[in-house]
Amino acid sequence: MYVIVVGAGKVGWNLARELLEKNHEVTVIESNRRRYLTVEQELEHNVTYGDASELWVLERAGIERADLVIAVTGDDEDNMLICQVAREKYEVEQIIARVNNPRNKPHFDLLGVKPSVSATDLILRLLEHEVPEYGLVHLLDLQEEQLEIIEMLLGKDSGVTGRRVGDLSMPEGSLLISVLREGKGFVPNADTVLEEGDEVLAVLDPGREDDLKALFGPAVGGNGTG
Amino acid sequence: MLAEGHEVSCLDEDPEAHTRLEVGLDKGWEDLGGRFTVGTGLETDALIAAGIESADAFIAATNGDNTNIVIAQIAQKRYEVPTVIARILDPLRAEWYRQQGMHTICPTRVAIDMLESAVREGAAREAA
Repeated sequence: MYVIVVGAGKVGWNLARELLEKNHEVTVIESNRRRYLTVEQELEHNVTYGDASELWVLERAGIERADLVIAVTGDDEDNMLICQVAREKYEVEQIIARVNNPRNKPHFDLLGVKPSVSATDLILRLLEHEVPEYGLVHLLDLQEEQLEIIEMLLGKDSGVTGRRVGDLSMPEGSLLISVLREGKGFVPNADTVLEEGDEVLAVLDPGREDDLKALFGPAVGGNGTG
Repeated sequence: MLAEGHEVSCLDEDPEAHTRLEVGLDKGWEDLGGRFTVGTGLETDALIAAGIESADAFIAATNGDNTNIVIAQIAQKRYEVPTVIARILDPLRAEWYRQQGMHTICPTRVAIDMLESAVREGAAREAA
């Protein structure tokens, strides 16, 4: 595979190393003369000097026959436009763009530059994975009346998404009272089908939390009370 | 354009640019009906504050080609401004984006054409 990497910073340089080790053909384009000379000592003819925003620089690097263009400079506009011309003018099959400022992500999407990778997003996704997602939030504790109301967010691997409310075996002493979907709340009936991202509200006898968590949490084997 | 009675709103990341707007005017920029917002064109909030949502025309003329090309596309695609113009110095890219339907102005191209005709005129006069 022929890969063009734009930007010989830490990301670009290491990426090029990995790709070369895997026996791909690689050209790195770097616009800073000093950085270019440093990287050139190791990558030799695999790195070229120039501003990849300019079409002739891309053409000199052989973009017409590239299978993949990866833009990982520190400048979001550069990354966006390099990938845009790579795909639309030179019909490169696959592109990957780096997003430096996550607030620019919508601009990448608007210009059709996909996929785009943001380090901030990756860390967030990791966090979501590592931190328990099915935390249930106590909304109301009626101590005297011996009742609680709790809220749960249905994650991707929840055991109940796609199922009818009527088919759920709700633990004894609990009742599903409301579903919040896309900012709107409604009272579910037996035919309501639960979706990923729903926030469900339930009223229950104290001490039933674990049973509910097992039912609405990630599907494991035969899920809890099911 | 302000003098012609149009409503003009400028967006610049440098607050000092406001001073430049008033050079040669006998009244303040705002007094003449102009608007000025400090911010960059990639910030959605700044574009909205400058009034992009109700604009009839949008001109991207920062000193960076890439910035202009990106903002012009945002104005065109997200805010659907009817007339969008981008200043692009690089003649090759100005040409390609023009083919893609963007209204581009290439000062380099204009200068080359003017210089060329000045040279030709000079040579013709010499020969005469």
